[in-house]
Amino acid sequence: MSNESISRVIAAPKRRHFSVMRRNEAIAGYLFMLPLLLGIVFLTYGQFVYSLYISFTDQSVFGAANFVGFQNYVKLLTEDFFFWKSIKATLLYAFGSVIATQLTALAIALLLNSKHLHGKTFFRTVFYIPSIVPAVASCLLWMWMFNPDFGLFNAFLKALGLPTSKWIYAESSAVPSLVLMSAWACGAPMVIYLSGLANVPPSLLEAVEIDGGGVWSKFIHITIPMISPVLFYNTLMGVIGGFMTFTNSYVMTEGGPNNATLFVNYLIYRDAFQYNEFGYASALAWIVFIVLAVFTLIIFRFFGKKVYYGDRD
Amino acid sequence: MTGINLPRKRKKLRPATMILYVILLAGTAVCIVPLYWMLRSSLMSNAEIFVFPPRFFPSTWRWNNYVKTFQNFEALMYFTNTMKILVPCVIGTVLTSSMAGYALGRLRFPGKKIWFALTIGAMILPGHVVLIPLYLTYSFIGATNTYTPFYLAAWCGGGAANVFLMRQFMRTLPREYDESAMIDGASRLQIFLKILVPLCAPIMITVAIFTFMFYWNDFQGPLIYLRSDNKFTLALGILSLRGAYASKWNYIMAASLVMVVPAVLLFAIGQRYFIEGIVLTGVKG
Repeated sequence: MSNESISRVIAAPKRRHFSVMRRNEAIAGYLFMLPLLLGIVFLTYGQFVYSLYISFTDQSVFGAANFVGFQNYVKLLTEDFFFWKSIKATLLYAFGSVIATQLTALAIALLLNSKHLHGKTFFRTVFYIPSIVPAVASCLLWMWMFNPDFGLFNAFLKALGLPTSKWIYAESSAVPSLVLMSAWACGAPMVIYLSGLANVPPSLLEAVEIDGGGVWSKFIHITIPMISPVLFYNTLMGVIGGFMTFTNSYVMTEGGPNNATLFVNYLIYRDAFQYNEFGYASALAWIVFIVLAVFTLIIFRFFGKKVYYGDRD
Repeated sequence: MTGINLPRKRKKLRPATMILYVILLAGTAVCIVPLYWMLRSSLMSNAEIFVFPPRFFPSTWRWNNYVKTFQNFEALMYFTNTMKILVPCVIGTVLTSSMAGYALGRLRFPGKKIWFALTIGAMILPGHVVLIPLYLTYSFIGATNTYTPFYLAAWCGGGAANVFLMRQFMRTLPREYDESAMIDGASRLQIFLKILVPLCAPIMITVAIFTFMFYWNDFQGPLIYLRSDNKFTLALGILSLRGAYASKWNYIMAASLVMVVPAVLLFAIGQRYFIEGIVLTGVKG
């Protein structure tokens, strides 16, 4: 306090003018971000806390909620048959789709980055188009292509004399089929890899060449470390996106066959909006959130350390 | 481009380059053939669609299927509904995210770092956790089965990722613009509207395209909030078509293509902005 009064004495009118400007700037700042502020407080973090509260109650759509302690969590972890099925299916899908999508996206980006290639923009557009197809339309299309009798895939396999598959209509092939479908729409990671590859300095690649290194050692020792930030970002976003997948299980398989594609986001939806167990579904959502947070931390710990950020301070 | 045309030797296509083109053309087929399959199925009769083995080309191209699809399926109503969500949401998102981007990117005020960190946090926060409480909140204020949940989200910043894009872009613009305008006596609102908004046109187009695509594709949101058929969006409406005509895959494919075409057209027109936006989120994020 005393410091403030001293500085006020010392402060010439100029200083006072300065502090008024500061105050005006602060008011303007808060006014400009007022909509965002309301959104962050009431639509995001407020709801986040509210969700935790609901998970400890027996909330349904109608009527008041009673506090039930850890009952929902205990029931989920010890009694719920669908919960473990769902976690298993989600992990299989999330990691399968991350690996398939990232490999496809990186492979395409590497091919498009070739200096001998003409028509790069054309190919980039073509490879992006599957990602533009709206999710529901894409699900319906793939359902139809997966049709064991009249679908494109089995017709193609038959024409080549290869064994056919039941695709999403059999328990063992359902998740791999959806993984295949996810890799079809790899446009976003692909263009991010392309921009990462464009920033790899040619001088470094030439240095390896001079030392007698081939394509593979250039890729492992230069390209991968140089694009590690985008590799990291894409993988992280892929894991989160894979965990949160919903439309494919809702539209194509309804969690089946035999719960093979009962992904957690679909199970949350089913428990909450079809079985009217909001408290229970919130507990499920929180367990999934914690599992996802743990995976994110693991990725940061083991992968994040190896990321090369150049000379960033 | 330099104006000096050096005599160029016509290079022979190396074997490696030829293999590259072959792979890329095969990849092109993988991307395009499923969409052709959608078109081909939409133009067949219901008998032809269930012929074994499947035919690659329809015997006659039945464009009339589209007329029938539009008659049986209230495409126009679903389209109008989708637009009723889309237009206000695109305007709200572009406006409020650019305002927030201005505050977070160019103004100094106490607490800015915390609010920015919370914005970044909201980007990573998985949406499924807030789905149920949001539904209960909207249900409590009587806003379910209306478009209010979409409008509120869009007019309150329109998503952390968009705010982040705006903020990153605003930071790259020289601060001298604001300062000289301040000296000329302009208010911050005037600076924002008359100087920054015109300069931010590219990023605003990017955000507008992202928002359009988001609400055009959005499925889980409408599924949860909308109950009556006359409020459904295209994404939901197509599914009710599937329920009504369990095996009329020609009509289902026609309706799906109706959803695909505007999205692909918008992408084709705004591709530059779209891809730049994706790269910006990915590289700077």
